[in-house]
Amino acid sequence: MNAGTKPLPAIPIVSRPAASFIPEDSRLVKVARIVLPPLVVLIALGLLWEVVMSGPTAALPPPSKVWTDARQLILDPFFDNGGLDKGLFWHLMASLSRVALGFALAAVVGILTGLLIGTSSLAMRGLDPIFQVLRTVPPLAWLPLSLAAFREAQPSAIFVIFITSIWPIIINTAVGVRNVPQDYRNVAAVIRLKGPAYFLRIVLPAAAPFIFTGLRIGVGLSWLAIVAAEMLIGGVGIGFFIWDAWNSSNLSDIIVALAYVGLTGFILDRAVAFIGKLVTRGTAID
Amino acid sequence: MANADTYLEISRLTVAFPKAPVPVLNDVELRIAKGEYVAVIGHSGCGKSTLLNVVAGLLPASMGGVVLDGREVTEPGPDRAVVFQNHSLLPWLTCYENVRLAVDQTLSKTMTRAERHEWTLHNLGLVRMEHAKDMRPAEISGGMKQRIGIARALAMKPKVLLLDEPFGALDALTRAHLQDEVMRIHAALGTTVMMITHDVDEAVLLSDRIVMLTNGPNATIGEILDVNLERPRDRLKLAHDPRFIEARAAVLEFLHARHAQPAL
Ligand SMILES: Nc1ncnc2c1ncn2[C@@H]1O[C@H](COP(=O)(O)OP(=O)(O)OP(=O)(O)O)[C@@H](O)[C@H]1O
Ligand SMILES: [Mg+2]
Repeated sequence: MNAGTKPLPAIPIVSRPAASFIPEDSRLVKVARIVLPPLVVLIALGLLWEVVMSGPTAALPPPSKVWTDARQLILDPFFDNGGLDKGLFWHLMASLSRVALGFALAAVVGILTGLLIGTSSLAMRGLDPIFQVLRTVPPLAWLPLSLAAFREAQPSAIFVIFITSIWPIIINTAVGVRNVPQDYRNVAAVIRLKGPAYFLRIVLPAAAPFIFTGLRIGVGLSWLAIVAAEMLIGGVGIGFFIWDAWNSSNLSDIIVALAYVGLTGFILDRAVAFIGKLVTRGTAID
Repeated sequence: MANADTYLEISRLTVAFPKAPVPVLNDVELRIAKGEYVAVIGHSGCGKSTLLNVVAGLLPASMGGVVLDGREVTEPGPDRAVVFQNHSLLPWLTCYENVRLAVDQTLSKTMTRAERHEWTLHNLGLVRMEHAKDMRPAEISGGMKQRIGIARALAMKPKVLLLDEPFGALDALTRAHLQDEVMRIHAALGTTVMMITHDVDEAVLLSDRIVMLTNGPNATIGEILDVNLERPRDRLKLAHDPRFIEARAAVLEFLHARHAQPAL
């Protein structure tokens, strides 16, 4: 165990890479570097919140009260007492499934439309001005119209997601297609890559990073829109859960739900970014 | 008036860009024989790339035209493979796939799958890049990228190889390596080469003839210098060879005395 009890192995006289002189961080240190700072900030903010909101006249509950009020909600997101009395997991799943449907539709339609207006300047001239106007319409402004058209809450909510997330997808896809670098087009011309093969082997991969940027913005907007839309349409879903808690003055539940909403949105964003990285094989920055 | 051994002929070529009042190139006339190595040199912006792009078929001629092996050039094609100034490898493909894509596109009628695979590897070997075949362009150095670009061009079995300042972005040592490599390949394959450069030493070392362009706009061929140095050439021995020094001086004379770059 001790170095002194055994003869030391001969030190090889080859030159070592300089790296061995720089102490390398262990895995633990690396993880701590990422996790510790936000954790410290979080605790500091929590303490500040606790202090500020602890007075008898405070408008919002401090963390300690949130914990006592909503402990069941925090610790068991999976309970299901029927009706709307469910754990947050089920509410989130309901919201996520709406987002999944609306966003999937938006991705398919948006990418196809983007490819069209990226390739055809006629389609571009016809559609782009209209899109530029429509994309500025706030998501919730579409809700009454879609309720009138679909006469049901579920498809209306999905439509709002669709219409909210489709614009960045269309616009980014089109930009990606139009900005295929001249170099790549020259290469394709020299090897006579034309038509569908050109499209598949050059245009799509060159536009892929742009498309994923659009998808990432789109999924973020979807998540923003669904919470607001659900507040209005009711039913199971994290948006309505928040609204319901507000109506029964249950501020602690709202705070817990907000934390879940934020974390879910964060995970959605990272998930799309991750898929993008896989699909574009890390050439996104190139 | 094409003489018998003209392979690539550029005749009365004038190129004007739309909206530009004066043509970039005016009345360029050049004949290149099979297997010949021709360098085109001139000041920046005089129209060297324009000339090369017309030969490649990537740009249309305003007047005159280009004939290769008896056929007029009307569009780009693999018989005029280009090595671009900035490598132009597709970043989403590996080095192997970059070469393979060109092979599949241009030789699928004459080669089986297995042959195309072998041919791709063979060309990677020609530029000594087999070891990098599974890397992506972002993972290799500039010199290596340029090698892959050359492999891709050679793999198309071109009638003429067009090089647009292929080593312009490289450091002096890497550049020298690649110049030697290109000389070796040219000697082995006998490819006809038209190379754009602005490096006088490179022009003299590599080429059989040096075409010097006057300043643009309205640039044309000012002078053509024959480089009568036997091959294989050795850069170290040539450095003191009076014929090398003389050729070098002649090009420098042309570029810096008679056609000095106009104030920018
Ligand atoms: N697409 C274009 N439209 C209009 N003018 C152009 C276009 N491309 C090039 N030119 C002009 O043609 C001239 C010649 O350009 P070219 O790229 O052939 O120069 P070059 O000799 O290759 O220069 P360098 O050594 O810097 O690469 C330049 O003055 C440039 O402004
Ligand atoms: Mg150029």
